Amino acid sequence: MTQSNAEIWFIIVAMGIGTFLVRFSFLGMIGERKMPPWVLRHLRYTPVAVLPALVAPMVVWPQATGGSFDLPRVLAAAATLGIGYWTKNVLAAIGAGAGTLYAMLYLLG
Amino acid sequence: MPASSLKSAYWTGFRHAAPFLLVVVPFALLFGVVGTEAGLNLTQVMGFSVLVIAGAAQFTAVQLMAENAPTLIVLVTALAVNLRMAMYSASLTPYLGAAPLWKRALIAYFLVDQTYAIGHARFEARPEMTLPERLAYIFGAITPICPMWYVMTLVGALAGQGIPPEYALDFAVPITFLALVAPALRTLAHVAAAGVSVTLALVLAGVPYSGGVLIAGLAAMIVGAQVELWMERRT
Repeated sequence: MTQSNAEIWFIIVAMGIGTFLVRFSFLGMIGERKMPPWVLRHLRYTPVAVLPALVAPMVVWPQATGGSFDLPRVLAAAATLGIGYWTKNVLAAIGAGAGTLYAMLYLLG
Repeated sequence: MPASSLKSAYWTGFRHAAPFLLVVVPFALLFGVVGTEAGLNLTQVMGFSVLVIAGAAQFTAVQLMAENAPTLIVLVTALAVNLRMAMYSASLTPYLGAAPLWKRALIAYFLVDQTYAIGHARFEARPEMTLPERLAYIFGAITPICPMWYVMTLVGALAGQGIPPEYALDFAVPITFLALVAPALRTLAHVAAAGVSVTLALVLAGVPYSGGVLIAGLAAMIVGAQVELWMERRT
């Protein structure tokens, strides 16, 4: 790293302000005003639209294995999804995923 | 508003967020280690975790800085990684928009993937929650997550050591996020949105500046909304 102390702090502060503005955007500007129904209809799907997109590459190409397919991790993801869907219980799903991951790493690793 | 219902909402949020320490602790430790090894001093490492408080963007920025990328590229790339949070902000607005500005600002500062996903899941499942209950719940969820991000960054920077890879904690992120998503797959529209999201994220994995996640997210939201309309017309 060859940046000066001032450059590094400029990056940190600018990223801090930028990130805050992104997070504050709608919460700050829209506030209490009603949004049209078609917007709300789209926003309802935000978690199921964004989180799977974040996670999918981590499941298929895990960094821990240098990006190569890893059966224990794929099975763990499947167990988490299956148990979570079936029980609607977040903790049960995490437990099933972690249990499957460690069991499979032990058996196959 | 009875104080007891607020207290219970706060602690429910706290309990629901606690398992996500599985993600926060190893990643914060790792950021402390990686940041220090890249050449940042202790205050700079802490500056990142306190002022930016966004794991993925912090790692991206430090990696680019270590490669001596131009400042503008570092900023644009790191902020692009965080653009999905505008969608989070929009989707919480119907639930929290009536709160005083300073509370909305405080929640915005603490709006990380985990606090967002936990909060949205609860607000959607319990439409009868009052605004003060929602605020208590989300601040409850913030309490174990965000301060721990600072503390564990510091520990990582000082100890110079993360959690050994044998513990496979790299996979805590997919497991905890999938555990939140699975119960949310309540209707065909939700399943369709998630399916489009996964497919496009994999197809577009090569798009720079995390563009794949944004495109996949927006496309999946549109698909979810369209399937919902189609199901309504059918009934």
